[in-house]
Parts: sequence; structure tokens; C-alpha cells
Amino acid sequence: MSIEIRNVSKKFGEVAAVNNVSFSVKDGELVALLGPSGGGKTTVLRMIGGLEVPTDGDIFIRGQRVNDIKVQKRNIGFVFQNYALFKNMTVFKNIAFGLKIKKWKRADIDARVAELLKLLDLQGLEKRYPHQLSGGQRQRIAIARALAPKPDVLLLDEPFGAVDAKIRQELRQWLVHLHHDLKVTTLFVTHDQEEAMEVSDRIVIFSKGNLEQIGTPREIYEQPANEFVARFVGVMNILELTVRNGLARINELEFPAHGLTEGQKMRIGFRPYAVQVSPDLTAYRHQAVLRHTYFLGIMLRLELVLPSGLILRSRISKEDYARMGLADGQKVSVQIRTYRILSKEEQLGDEVATTYETFPSLGEGI
Amino acid sequence: MLEKKYNPLPGFGLTMGYTIFYLSALVLIPIAALFFKTFELSWPEFWKLVTEERAVAAYKLTFGAAGIAAVINAVMGTLLAWVLVRYDFPGKRFIDALVDFPFALPTAVAGLTLANLFAANGWLGKLLVPMGIKGAFTPVAVVIALTFVGLPFAVRTLQPVLQNLERELEEAAATLGSSRLRTFCTILMPTLFPTIVTGFALAFARAVGEYGSIVFVSGNIPFKTEIAPYLIVIRLEQYDYHGATAIAAVLMIISFIILACINWLEVWSSRFNH
Repeated sequence: MSIEIRNVSKKFGEVAAVNNVSFSVKDGELVALLGPSGGGKTTVLRMIGGLEVPTDGDIFIRGQRVNDIKVQKRNIGFVFQNYALFKNMTVFKNIAFGLKIKKWKRADIDARVAELLKLLDLQGLEKRYPHQLSGGQRQRIAIARALAPKPDVLLLDEPFGAVDAKIRQELRQWLVHLHHDLKVTTLFVTHDQEEAMEVSDRIVIFSKGNLEQIGTPREIYEQPANEFVARFVGVMNILELTVRNGLARINELEFPAHGLTEGQKMRIGFRPYAVQVSPDLTAYRHQAVLRHTYFLGIMLRLELVLPSGLILRSRISKEDYARMGLADGQKVSVQIRTYRILSKEEQLGDEVATTYETFPSLGEGI
Repeated sequence: MLEKKYNPLPGFGLTMGYTIFYLSALVLIPIAALFFKTFELSWPEFWKLVTEERAVAAYKLTFGAAGIAAVINAVMGTLLAWVLVRYDFPGKRFIDALVDFPFALPTAVAGLTLANLFAANGWLGKLLVPMGIKGAFTPVAVVIALTFVGLPFAVRTLQPVLQNLERELEEAAATLGSSRLRTFCTILMPTLFPTIVTGFALAFARAVGEYGSIVFVSGNIPFKTEIAPYLIVIRLEQYDYHGATAIAAVLMIISFIILACINWLEVWSSRFNH
């Protein structure tokens, strides 16, 4: 294990920023800490880096407990959201800064800086000052500076937050390639679920200081641990059902009761791809109107309105859309192929409690 | 086709015209008048007036003391600004307000107070004079008074810049293994230096122009503790208008050269910003 966090909490005065969080990162992994702002993800990253001291719990890097090791001695590379380049130093001096402190020989420093400039495609910029560079270049120099002393782990705080969308896309690709080449254990913080999905081997999801789920992008997308994760990552249709006459219902939709009794409620969720659409009005049980088509590149998102006004979101490929000859305003038939139970009311004695559980994908919806 | 040049920011002609008029009336015309008055002298006359021993001693004291005071203010002002920006402590607001005191206090009052404090029978003088430090009626007194009046300039110039300094710079240095001292010397100081120079320049300019407090603490002994502005007043009292303007012209030229040098230093030390 490259990094291990054990029961770590952090309080700023009375405010709990991180609540009893535990997870570990394997050697060479690229892991995203994902969550809305104020979720505690940056605090976790800063505690690993030694920039914040945990109120409780232990942090291990390469098996060594680092709680009492000063930031200077942790051998980590840290990249800040606003780059934090040294304005008074050239690109060369910025990158060489950590090496000088480690008393590398002049020739070794020159070689290492040249190597990094080449790796990060920054050749020819060594004599420039940070203010003479573009946002993307500054970001890469911040990464080069962090990587120069060969850190055990690379920590990035919202690394692509301050650059425009096009550059951000390039930098993401580039981070994946860099990680592929260097195999350095990398943790990065982001609030952009798409970025986390695209770049990382595994994702750790935080909300309000709690760890909500940890898993591969696919696990998180297909098996969200709870409603928060389901809502936060990707698009999810979420319905609240009430059991009446033995079936869980909302408007015209009906689902099995899953052991619930009359009057009890549950929430279910399903991804847009689980909503099947056909122009043949007899193909599926429910009828709907295609109200609007959103263009998402090779995929299209359909907004479907049931007669009762309930809205379902579906996703199909451009080819299927063309093949079926769909158009906005058209009547279609729909069915929900699979869904997941997100929460369920349960009768515990006199109390009604809501439990959150994950069921494996549950066959055909009605 | 003629295209009318259109500037999206309105009022350039009006504001620029007013600025030039204002600067001329307030600054350029009085300075020009001073030089015209000086030009009524022939070169040898002028040279004789401005190089007489008493005048030269006065220039030396004025610029020397102002320079020493400005250096002290640059160093101590930086320390004070650092403490005020970086740390929270009881009485911080009071100390912060105290920094402005020399701005508001009539300088004559400051001069009187300092003279009383440092005189042989004053509170501080009682202790210092036996130790050989004479804080009144000596060049030391001039430096003390000039340090007093220049302090707010050094502190107030640096404070906003220190406040805006990114904390991440220090954190980034720390993650790269840099000790606090090293971070201070290699990153913070070079970043703050241009502003410290600006504060130095302001404190220096203020000190060169100071009159009110000095006349009370220095004793105004010719060749020893007589500053150049005081000498101008003496000349005026003797109805020697040419002598006064000649010394004034020299003061102005030297000030201008020194400020130009400081300005160059400022630009050079902030070369990484432009």
C-alpha cells in the first residue's frame, strides 16, 4: 500500500471537515477524490501532504506512519490549484528548487530539469518567468516542479480547475499518459465527476466530510452505494414509490413491492440507458412523448414525458435515433429495463426507519 | 471613408486635459519658477553659493540622515507589517492604529516631544546620555525624528502586498523540502523586495522634506546639526533670496536623482513581474 488513511478526522474549531475516513491507495494507482465543494476532499489531500494535521486517526505513506513527520520530510509532490509558481524564479529555477534543497549536483539538476521539460513538452521555456506563460504551461510546470525530486506520491488539488475547457480536456489526457509513463502513485482532487470518471483508476467520493463510496469508475457508475453517489455521478432517474394494492407505484408506473407493506415508501434509481424507447407504440407498455433531444456527441439524451407528466430521461446512440426515425414531439412507447433500490422504509417495531441498501440489478421492470 | 476613432472608455480628452492643467498649476509651474529665480544668478555665483561649507554640511546631514532613517524604516517597517499581517494578538488594532500616528501628529509636536524625551534631563535622556548616546541636539536626534515621520510610509506600503501574498507559495516551498528560513530568503524576500523599495523611497522622500520636528530636536548648530531646509529658512530671514533658491534647487536636483535611482532599483527588482 502506498497510502493508507485510518479513521482520520479533522475539525476546524467546532466544524468537522472530515469524519472518520479510512481508505488506501495501491502503489502506482491514479485515484480521484471526488465530491462537491466543502466535502472534505481537499482537507484529506492536505493532511496526506502534511499541510494540515489530522485531529484524529493515522496516515501512512509506504507503510510509515507520517502523522509526526513534517511536510518537508514527507517526500511528496504537491500541485496547487492556482499553481503557486515562484514568480521571482525562471521556469528552470522553479523546477530545480526542490533538487537544490536536496543538494543534487549541478550536472544532475541540469539533466533532471531537461528530462522533465522534455517529458512535459516544455522545452525552450526554461528562461521564462511564470507570468510569461499560458495557464496550461503554468500547470505543467507546477507538475514538473512537484515531480522533480522523485516523490513517493503526487498530490494534485483541483489541478485543472483554473484552465479553460479545451485545455482541461488536453491536460486530462496528458495526465493519464504521464501517469502511464511514470507509474507514480497519484491522488487528485476534483469536483468534476466527468474528469474523475475519465482519468482515474479508482474514485473516492466525499460528501460533507464523509466517505460515501470508493470504487472503480464503472463500479461507481453502475453500483452507486447510495442516493448521494447516484445523483452526484452521472445522470440518474430517481423515483419515489409508495406501495398500494401490493405494488410499488408512482403515477402510472408499477414495480414489485420488494417486501414492503401497504403505504410504505422506497426510492429507486436507474440510468438513462436503462430506459428503452420504441417508435412502435405497442412495443412497450407505457406511452410517452419525446419532448426534447439533447445532443451529447455520439450519444443523445431524450426527455420523455409520460401522460401523467412524469419525466424520464433516456440515452441512445445517434445511429439508433436515426434508425428509429425519432423526432421531438413524437409519441413513443417506453420501458424501464433495470433499476436499483436506493432506499427503503422499514417497519422496526413502532418506528419507521429508512435503510439504504444496494441490490444487484433487478430484472425487468414492469 | 473617414472613420471616427471610438474609444469605449469615455472622457479621455477631458480628464487628460484637466490632469495636465492641475499638475502644471500645482507642481510644474512652482518648480519652474524656482529654477527661473535661480537662473538670475551667474554660474560662478551659483556655484559659490551652493558649495559653501555650511551648505555642503547641511546637504550631507539632510540626505545622510534621511537615508539612514529610510533604511531603518524599511527594515523595521517590514517587521512591523509582517507581525500585523501574519499574526493575531490582543491589541493588534491598537498597534495598527498607532502606526498612523506620525501621519496625523503635527511634526512640531513630535519634535518637541522627542527633544524632551532625549534631552539630558528627559525620561530616556537620563538613561541614554550617561551611556554616551545623546539623543537630542545631535545628528542622532535628526535620524530619530526622521525615522519617526517615515515609519507609516514603509508599513502601509508593504501591508497590502503582504496580505495578498499567496499562502500556497510557502506551502509549495515546504512540500519541496524548503525550511522556513530558506523560503523566506529565496521566495518571500525577492517577491516583497520591490514593495519594500517603494516604501523606502516614500520614507526617504518624506524625510528629505521634513522640517517641523527637526528644528526642535536638532538644535540647528551650523556644520553639525543644521539641515538644508533650515538653512534655506535662515537665508530667507536674511533676505538672501538667491542663496535660498540656489540651495533649494540643489536639494531638488539631488532628490530627483536619488528618487530616479530608487525607481530604477524598483523596476529592476520586479523584473520578473513585467
